[in-house]
Amino acid sequence: MPQLLLELFSEEIPARMQAGAARDLERMAREHLAAAGFLPEALKTFAGPRRLTLVVEGLPIAQADRKEELKGPRVGAPPQAMEGFLRKAGLTQDQLVERDGVWMAFIEKTGRPTTEIVAEMVEAIIRGFPWPKSMTWGTSKLRWVRPLKRILCVFDREVVPFAIEGIEAGDITEGHRFMRVGFGWGGQPFKARDFDEYAKGLLEHFVVLDVEERKARILEGCKTLCFARNLELVEDLGLLEEVAGLAEWPTPVLGDMDPAFLDLPGEVIRTSMRTHQKYFAVRDPATGGLAPHFITIANVQSADGGAVIAAGNAKVLSSRLSDARFFWDEDVKVGFEPWLEKLNGVTFHAKLGTMAQRVERIVALAGEIAPLVGADVAKAKEAARLAKADLASQMVGEFPELQGLMGGYYARAAGLDPEIADAIRDHYKPQGPSDAVPTAPLSVAVALADKLDTLVGFFAIDEKPTGSKDPYALRRAALGVIRILLTGVRIPLSDPLAIAWLRTQAAHEVRQPVPTAPGIITKRTIGISVYPDSEFSGEVDPVAQAQLDQAVAELLTFFADRLKVTLKDQGKRHDLVDAVFALGDDDLVRIVARVEALDGFLKTDDGKNLLAGYKRASNILKAEEKKGWKGEGEAELLPNASEPEVALHDALRLVRQPLADALKAEDFTAAMQELAGLRGPVDAFLDGVFVNSDVAAERDSRLKTLAAVRDAMGQVADFSLIGG
Amino acid sequence: MPAAKTQEKPRSFQDLILTLHDYWSAQGCVILQPHDVEVGAGTLHPATVLRALGPKPWNAAYVQPSRRPGDGRYGENPNRLQHYYQYQVILKPNPPNMQDLYLGSLEAIGLDLRTHDIRFVEDDWENPTVGAWGLGWEVWCDGMEVSQYTYFQQVGGLDVSPVAGELTYGLERLAMYVFGVDNVYDLPFNDPDAPLGHLTYGDVFLENERQQSEANFHGYDVAVLKRQFEDMEEQVPLMLARSYQGKSLVLPAYDMVLKASHLFNLMNARGAIAVAERASYIGRIRDLCKLCASAWVEQQEAA
Repeated sequence: MPQLLLELFSEEIPARMQAGAARDLERMAREHLAAAGFLPEALKTFAGPRRLTLVVEGLPIAQADRKEELKGPRVGAPPQAMEGFLRKAGLTQDQLVERDGVWMAFIEKTGRPTTEIVAEMVEAIIRGFPWPKSMTWGTSKLRWVRPLKRILCVFDREVVPFAIEGIEAGDITEGHRFMRVGFGWGGQPFKARDFDEYAKGLLEHFVVLDVEERKARILEGCKTLCFARNLELVEDLGLLEEVAGLAEWPTPVLGDMDPAFLDLPGEVIRTSMRTHQKYFAVRDPATGGLAPHFITIANVQSADGGAVIAAGNAKVLSSRLSDARFFWDEDVKVGFEPWLEKLNGVTFHAKLGTMAQRVERIVALAGEIAPLVGADVAKAKEAARLAKADLASQMVGEFPELQGLMGGYYARAAGLDPEIADAIRDHYKPQGPSDAVPTAPLSVAVALADKLDTLVGFFAIDEKPTGSKDPYALRRAALGVIRILLTGVRIPLSDPLAIAWLRTQAAHEVRQPVPTAPGIITKRTIGISVYPDSEFSGEVDPVAQAQLDQAVAELLTFFADRLKVTLKDQGKRHDLVDAVFALGDDDLVRIVARVEALDGFLKTDDGKNLLAGYKRASNILKAEEKKGWKGEGEAELLPNASEPEVALHDALRLVRQPLADALKAEDFTAAMQELAGLRGPVDAFLDGVFVNSDVAAERDSRLKTLAAVRDAMGQVADFSLIGG
Repeated sequence: MPAAKTQEKPRSFQDLILTLHDYWSAQGCVILQPHDVEVGAGTLHPATVLRALGPKPWNAAYVQPSRRPGDGRYGENPNRLQHYYQYQVILKPNPPNMQDLYLGSLEAIGLDLRTHDIRFVEDDWENPTVGAWGLGWEVWCDGMEVSQYTYFQQVGGLDVSPVAGELTYGLERLAMYVFGVDNVYDLPFNDPDAPLGHLTYGDVFLENERQQSEANFHGYDVAVLKRQFEDMEEQVPLMLARSYQGKSLVLPAYDMVLKASHLFNLMNARGAIAVAERASYIGRIRDLCKLCASAWVEQQEAA
């Protein structure tokens, strides 16, 4: 079956947009072809520095002919209806056929040639392409990411004839921008009528079409260079992706770096290489430290083996690293206190004040968290006070991604307590899923204070994440808190949230949360009583307390949602998280332990059946409670109680103490085993006892018994929130 | 066509400029001289900001001395200057082969395009003080940025149609690369074998860097700068309100915008502008620039 080949050849496409463009091209082509009734055998797209390419295998040369049946007006319908129908169908009445009292039109549509459909498709793709940023050029009205130069479009080895804004589709493309066979420089045009000719032509003209192939060549080339000098490549997938989008003929070139720069922190050297110059760093395998070399990925294979390119790049790197050395020297001279002074002039957020104000909040919060995580209060406050100072340093001004890390280096250089230096260094962690979680108590205290202040602050000014938008990375902050806590840090999360909220509220204009029936009920009367030394000790009026409860509940709900995502990744059901959070607990370690035990229990037969029994019982209770039944007092057995009633009563009595003990010991697996003991009696009760007896006393006793089951199980989780 | 001078590799800073002049002249550009008001970048020359707007074709090249008061280092930094030169090319509408024309200019100044590694790396340009932005690249030669290449999309808040292509070469940096010099002050300003004597860039400009740096950081009276800024700000609309032969006085008004912009840069270098004020100053200059841009477009479209 015939093949379609399309290439959109333009000036240099930003590297960061290429992968997305390949996906968009594939999606749009699939949609257009499907809408035309085509189901191609294979469809593939490629993106590179100057071209987007689409190849579709197995398209017919035309659409199939189609028969359409149109239902018209009833026989005897008013003439207007008939006229309207005929106009729409483009027919006359004698072409209609009567069927079951209705006029029918049978229209045969001849399939259109594929080339026509392709021409329309390409135009629609070009005009509707979702580039993150696009532009116009010259006098053209077209928009593309950069000027579009050529369209190659061949179907079944023939040019598909069309033109868009003066660019005519043809069977010509061109090769590498500089490299060519023979003398001189410049892209050489060549003809391609199908994909094989195209791919072969590109290679002959020094273009590697497939990004995966470009990446493989880069890695292989780097490794060959390293091997020859007994070096080791510092792999960097993000950088690899980027440089593969910057060269059509990627050619690694190894250059030398002045070894005198090796006394700079390795992260500084690597960041300068990566962000400014897009170089790979290399290691000395003997020491594990950086080696005084770099690898740049050139776009040309030059006659001198890259000597000029290596020398030129080495010079640029030297001047970059001289800047970095200058920043280091200046920063060490200036030091923390002047930087902290500067933070007074740095706005954190228009509604949340300056960075200096934020530091004050974090200091207070870190001091409050410290005793809960086994850290020294004074040290935690000092580390928090210094944690953000490096934002005012020259190095972090140049390389924002080195925040924290530089603070740690500068703290050591200033001879500060190493624990404090580490806390400064690690307080942003964990940043991404692969980032390490801090475990030193001091680092934990500052890291939690930093993240909780961020979360509370942005919630307080109503900047919660919505949909895919999370400009302040609050989800990442919450996930960071969760990961830190789940290393075994036991704190009641409501308390720091509440105090952070009060502190934010005291200093800034924040929204007033409207108390609603919250998804999560906070367990305690929070805040005030917990931090007697804080500026917020003392009485609070009930309205403020209700608002505070609501604010904390909203934050806990946000944590619950992030926790669901985390646990879902581990294969746990999200409704179990709801069922456990509903108990009002705010200790994530305990919550997760409960969820895990519950998850295990519900996988057993006893668990499944008990859940079913719970649901039956709670449905009965709900119906009766709606009618006004209030089960006050303990369930009492009537003298004439049946055997299942007696058995369930006994079981409930027997389970009470061991269940309480297990919960107290936080042995949730044992608690579940205790509940499992209820399964048989509950089933027997529900199958053998008629709850809604005409005798009021009997009915009341039986309902109370069911309520007792609900209460017992409710100590473990809110089973009503668990799906069946 | 000019003489085949473009075939020789330039031997000095001024030779590099002459080579570029020859090259762009041969492509059909008018070769202009610098604008005689202090500006921070070649883009601000009316030959770019104003001529980019309106429907008329315009192809020009010129050198523009550029002043960045805050970048002064008293002549002690080998790479940084508060007064330096930009080579500016503006092509409207941008010709379809503009990239090749640009690469030809690199070849003309002696860069072999198959020995060096030339790259077009995404860099979207914007200049908030004149309400301008465009898409394009930084052009790298062996890892060093040698030019900025931009397709103007908006200037003074107005769409640029047809689109103008802009090239900016940082002349000192480019020359340092071409001549293999590590310190800008060591650049040969004229031919090292010149019969009348050879001068370096330092011979010509070092003292200027020293004195101007001191003036930029400590010399100017902030109150005077502020008053002058406000005077210019006040004068722009008044000047635009005047007209000659039915045309509002856009060109003199725009010169005043440039002066205001330079005064702002001086205040900034003196540390007289708080972080919070910065945006508001930039906004004020942009508003003035927009007034001029709109008046200019009106005149261009009427003509």
